[in-house]
Amino acid sequence: MKLVGKQTWIYENEVYLQAVATAVGPMETEGPLGEQFDVTYPDLYCGEDTWELAERRLMKDAVQVCLTKAKLEINDVDFFLAGDLLNQNVTANYIARDLPVPFLCMFGACSTSMETLAVAAALVDGGFARRVLTATSSHNATAERQFRYPTEFGGQKPKSATFTVTGAGAALVSREKSKFRITAATIGKVVDFGIHNPLDMGAAMAPAAASTIRQHFQDLKTSPEDYDLIVTGDLSGVGSPILRELLREEGYELADNHRDCGLMIYRTDQEVFAGGSGCACSAVVTYGHLLKEMEKGNLQKIFVVATGALLSPTMIWQNESIPAIAHGVVLEVVKGER
Amino acid sequence: MEYVLAFLVGGIICVLGQLAMDVGKWSPIHVMSMFVVLGAFLGSIGVYDWLVSFAGAGATIPISGFGYVLMDGVAANMQERGLLGIGTGIFAQAGVILSETILFSFLVSLIFKPKG
Repeated sequence: MKLVGKQTWIYENEVYLQAVATAVGPMETEGPLGEQFDVTYPDLYCGEDTWELAERRLMKDAVQVCLTKAKLEINDVDFFLAGDLLNQNVTANYIARDLPVPFLCMFGACSTSMETLAVAAALVDGGFARRVLTATSSHNATAERQFRYPTEFGGQKPKSATFTVTGAGAALVSREKSKFRITAATIGKVVDFGIHNPLDMGAAMAPAAASTIRQHFQDLKTSPEDYDLIVTGDLSGVGSPILRELLREEGYELADNHRDCGLMIYRTDQEVFAGGSGCACSAVVTYGHLLKEMEKGNLQKIFVVATGALLSPTMIWQNESIPAIAHGVVLEVVKGER
Repeated sequence: MEYVLAFLVGGIICVLGQLAMDVGKWSPIHVMSMFVVLGAFLGSIGVYDWLVSFAGAGATIPISGFGYVLMDGVAANMQERGLLGIGTGIFAQAGVILSETILFSFLVSLIFKPKG
């Protein structure tokens, strides 16, 4: 049985991250991780006419670079799993339109990166596919228009607001031996603590992250010390302390081995309020930065918990609160594989 | 003195809006709508007329001035047409604000491209 405990999958067959790629916009390029991304754009339009096309350009670049790194053609891929933040997942669907590959569209808001990775690994482990390509993207301007206020409106933002990362990440999962092995994943439950403010999503997502992380420890009988790093997707400066407090109450001390992608991707002097968010946040930090740290030997085993606020503006107008979800994937360095 | 009064009254109206957002936790849309309603209410009981004569642009430029202009049109039309004037007058004065807004937005969008 590959299901361990209540919510955790153990990949019994060896499943690897064969290749990864990232593409980002201007603010991310200027950030502290700027040099670690594969494709960078100095302009939010990324050479396209509209924001939506720009987001598509980022995902397309990530997919192409990922395939090039794996020395594969798109026809070598069995399935494509992708998702984004826009209505009807238009970025993922329109990218898939151009790919001759069976496609599963997934929506987990900003948890999509690890949702697609966990399911891709399960497909490969279960023998349902040889190679699965996953991708996710977000764009600051498309997200602003859809979820917050159009920039032209000039609305003020509180410090708890997050700044959507412009970027895309792609990963190819297969059984071909590589430097990084995907060993386990914990699928999250939808958690709702009754937060109504779309400008405070860190607080809405922290309980979901706590739920998934706690369940992961219980299912695998592990503790925070068993990981070199536990990294959350986009809890930001507001949600991260809440997560640590929630887990402390349950007897788990995250202490120094917890980081948040939303706090890693930008410098503190960049005007991003509480930190970065969006599907691309966890994807580009994990694929662009954390894997490089693993390659250098600074990290051996990490648990990436991508957090998603399942926010719908229509539901907010109808006075509903914001449900949240978090999915976690364990990545380990393969010894002797350089 | 005219400028000082306009600055003070306009500033106080904006401070009230900011407090509604920061302390009252109202959304910007709620604040905007409430100020239009408030301007319309104060306009209909004559208070806003006095504020405009006293503070000029300080009272007409904030969004509450728009509510006042709506009621101003209604008042003028009601004298001629009675109750029907509510319907015909509501945009009698405000229409020019709305059509100008659309026109200038259109012209600006022809020249500029959004940066973010």
